[in-house]
Amino acid sequence: MNLTKKLGNLAVAAMMLGLATELSAQMLINGAGATFPYPIYSKWFDEYAKVDDSVRFNYQSIGSGGGQKQILAQTVDFGASDGPMSDENLAKASGKLLHIPTVAGAVVVTYNLPGDFKLKLDGPAIVDIFRGKITKWNDTRITGQNPGVELPGIDIVVVHRSDGSGTTYIFTDYLSAISHPWQAEAGKGTAVNWPVGLGGKGNEGVAGQVKQTPGAIGYVELIYALQNKLSFADIKNADGKYISPSLDSITAAMATAKVPDDFRFSMVNASGADAYPIAGTTWLLVYQTQKDPAKGKKIVEFLNWALTKGEAMAPSLDYAPLPKGLQDRTLARVKEITF
Amino acid sequence: MAETLTTTMGATDDVQLAPPSKVGDRIFKWLAMVMGLSVGALIVIVGFTLWRGASMSVHHFGTGFLTGSKWDPVQEVFGALPFIYGTLVSSLVALVIAVPLSIATAVFLTELAPPRVRQPLVSVIEMLSAVPSVVFGLWGIFVLISWLRVHLFPWLQKLFGFLPLFQGPNYGVSMLAAGIIIAIMILPIITSVSREILRSVPDLQREAAYGLGATRWEVTRIAVLSYAKRGLFGAVVLGLGRALGETMAVTMLIGNRPEISTSLLAPGYTLASVIANEFSEATTDLYLSALFEIALVLLGVTILTNILAQLLIASTAGPKTSRAIQ
Amino acid sequence: MNTSSRYHAWRKVKNLTMSGLSFTCATLVIAPLGLVLFYLITAGAGAIDWHFFTQLPKPVGETGGGMANAIVGTLTLLGLASLIGVPVGVLGGVYLSEYGGERMNWWIRFGADVLNGVPSIVWGIVAYTLVVVPLKGFSAYAGGVALGFMMIPLIIRTTEEVLLLVPNGYREAALALGIPRWRINLQIVMKTALRGIVTGVLLAGARIAGETAPLLFTAFGNRFWTHHLKDPIAALPLQIFTYAISPYDDWHRQAWAGALVLILMIFLINIGVRALTRERFSGATR
Repeated sequence: MNLTKKLGNLAVAAMMLGLATELSAQMLINGAGATFPYPIYSKWFDEYAKVDDSVRFNYQSIGSGGGQKQILAQTVDFGASDGPMSDENLAKASGKLLHIPTVAGAVVVTYNLPGDFKLKLDGPAIVDIFRGKITKWNDTRITGQNPGVELPGIDIVVVHRSDGSGTTYIFTDYLSAISHPWQAEAGKGTAVNWPVGLGGKGNEGVAGQVKQTPGAIGYVELIYALQNKLSFADIKNADGKYISPSLDSITAAMATAKVPDDFRFSMVNASGADAYPIAGTTWLLVYQTQKDPAKGKKIVEFLNWALTKGEAMAPSLDYAPLPKGLQDRTLARVKEITF
Repeated sequence: MAETLTTTMGATDDVQLAPPSKVGDRIFKWLAMVMGLSVGALIVIVGFTLWRGASMSVHHFGTGFLTGSKWDPVQEVFGALPFIYGTLVSSLVALVIAVPLSIATAVFLTELAPPRVRQPLVSVIEMLSAVPSVVFGLWGIFVLISWLRVHLFPWLQKLFGFLPLFQGPNYGVSMLAAGIIIAIMILPIITSVSREILRSVPDLQREAAYGLGATRWEVTRIAVLSYAKRGLFGAVVLGLGRALGETMAVTMLIGNRPEISTSLLAPGYTLASVIANEFSEATTDLYLSALFEIALVLLGVTILTNILAQLLIASTAGPKTSRAIQ
Repeated sequence: MNTSSRYHAWRKVKNLTMSGLSFTCATLVIAPLGLVLFYLITAGAGAIDWHFFTQLPKPVGETGGGMANAIVGTLTLLGLASLIGVPVGVLGGVYLSEYGGERMNWWIRFGADVLNGVPSIVWGIVAYTLVVVPLKGFSAYAGGVALGFMMIPLIIRTTEEVLLLVPNGYREAALALGIPRWRINLQIVMKTALRGIVTGVLLAGARIAGETAPLLFTAFGNRFWTHHLKDPIAALPLQIFTYAISPYDDWHRQAWAGALVLILMIFLINIGVRALTRERFSGATR
């Protein structure tokens, strides 16, 4: 037994291993993007594996910016984003990209403070905190809204996203909607030039950072705050009422939204007494013309399942399902996908 | 070994009858040479890939890229200065902590430790060098950071709060935290290279000093350390090269904030971390190209540092030390 | 005389102080290893169970599940990396020790050391550009290429060093018998040094097994099993990173467990090969 033989055998074994894995029938469809709907998507993909065993949907929650970029680069089969793609980016796509709305959720303002109370915040206070104009928790602009609550005089630690994020898009969309200085200085986008704060990667990263840091304030999707027992604030809405983020208040916000034909709509700072002001929908991004017929077929089957059976699972994870009208419009759009 | 040789000789009987195959020789030599030269090819590939990716950003921003301190993906204004600053500061903090510790350890290992202790200690240091970056990051997030925030940082602020270095809010995640974790990660390499350097100091040097009645410390200081100065400096520079490129643990502990702050307790951002966080999600071409240019800057800095280190080390210790470098 | 003896005492004190100080430093250097291992074991050992090795990760926020796919993924990536790193590295090492001229060898060694210093995240970008973009997709191949490139300089250097330990007499004796050089190299030189070469390869494998940065945008991660190498694949370090920065307690638990398993894998390779080769090639590899 000499070395060449040994190496030869090794190579043959390696090739056979490769071959064996290549021959297996299961198809893998890859998606990437938003972390905002990641809990519901991973639930869907897990459940869908039981519905159709011949396919697996691998979803990596790298952020909405990543979802947009990777679907443009066609390194994934579908993208996911909670910020709509810009016209400029859509023009770069090699084919027509569809926005398929799936669920709506709330971006909550979460904080790490001792004591059991519900913080109340209005838009201007949030803007000032995230602009670094309010730096202590016992600032009168916060205490004024929270009578009877003893707020500590500790530093506010702002936590924001370090990656391109649709949660950031929804949050900054809201801040821009209510504040001109914010719009001028930072603007809205999946990644913005933050005036202050620490960066955390993903909704997971921000929630983790807030949980680890006393005095921290950040913004995450509702489910991340609920699953991790993080406190989150009631936010003053356009009608002047403090509203707690919940399934109902998201649904109320969505009810007021006007949805254009390409489904790119915003629902921040919605009017209506019960509407939560920092809510948004999330989209799957798929090409209308699928290059790989086998994959295309599976994607359409999945979308039909998600938009019907999948929607029913949304409330259990505190996402609002699409209203009936929008659901029908979306299902009609899915029919236009060709492969 | 003898057995190997006889079996091989036995097998050569038939070969002897045929004339030696020149073709086989040439093919083999050529193959080996190509593989050897692949090293050069790889360097070219790395450099070319990054350069091509960065060209758009290079043309767009020119030298302003290196001096700009704004990193704004919405307006598409990209400046690398905060990342360069964060990289340098966290690496320097790491060196300040790691250099005295590792050189002293190398001295202990070569000059002072009883032989019984040496080998186990060397093995333990090798094990430390085998711990992956992400594991240090994990430990950093859950153990180190909370300890720093609760114990070390308040203490530093109390004692040295008058220095701008230790002012401002205490988040835990910070350039100092990153520097500490980098220090732990570069301890093994500086120690092992320094040890090789010290070992390469001729015994004659030591004996001469002992002959003059010097104590052990005096021998070390006069005969060993001053002789090995350049090489030890090389070891430090090599450690710096590693520190500059550290990615995962730093990304997890530095706070990821592109801002230039004099306080070590403030969060920062490094060249490597911004690539790790943003490379797969840069939405526009210019944004992506800017990240390529960040990588190009990082590559340039680390390669220059490494070349300097190699030259310094080779000039004192000869080629044998190189094995400690890996 | 009095001053001189006092000076002598002072020198002795200084000698003792410096010795003590350097001893303290040595202790401080190894302290982090002890601390990290302590937490890994206390937080990780309890989280390792049968499920950890046999199950796929659960959907976000649900407890339970394991890292079976990540463990297999890491081994697959190591295999792929070896397909690039081993032939190139070993033959490159053979060239250095058996063929190369002094000047050429200096450059190759120098180049290998420079490559060793290239930050691992840069290899990720290179593999992204060379593999992910043309193949239109993140894949196990891309991860393997990134790690394989990292292996090359490591293996070139260790191979050269062990080959140089083979006594020249062997080569001369074989040449005298008229055996062609290439067969001498394969059947005598490399065979004699085989254990050392394998040691070098294994150590290089242990070195890259814990790499995370080059996999972020190449291997990409996969929640399920990877059946095709052209698909994304999970890896232990990648999974540890994702779980560590997440807010979920159960994921933290699994991150510790994953880190413990990863460290054990790496240490076992390190300790194993050292024990195996101590008598013949001690010091030849690092």
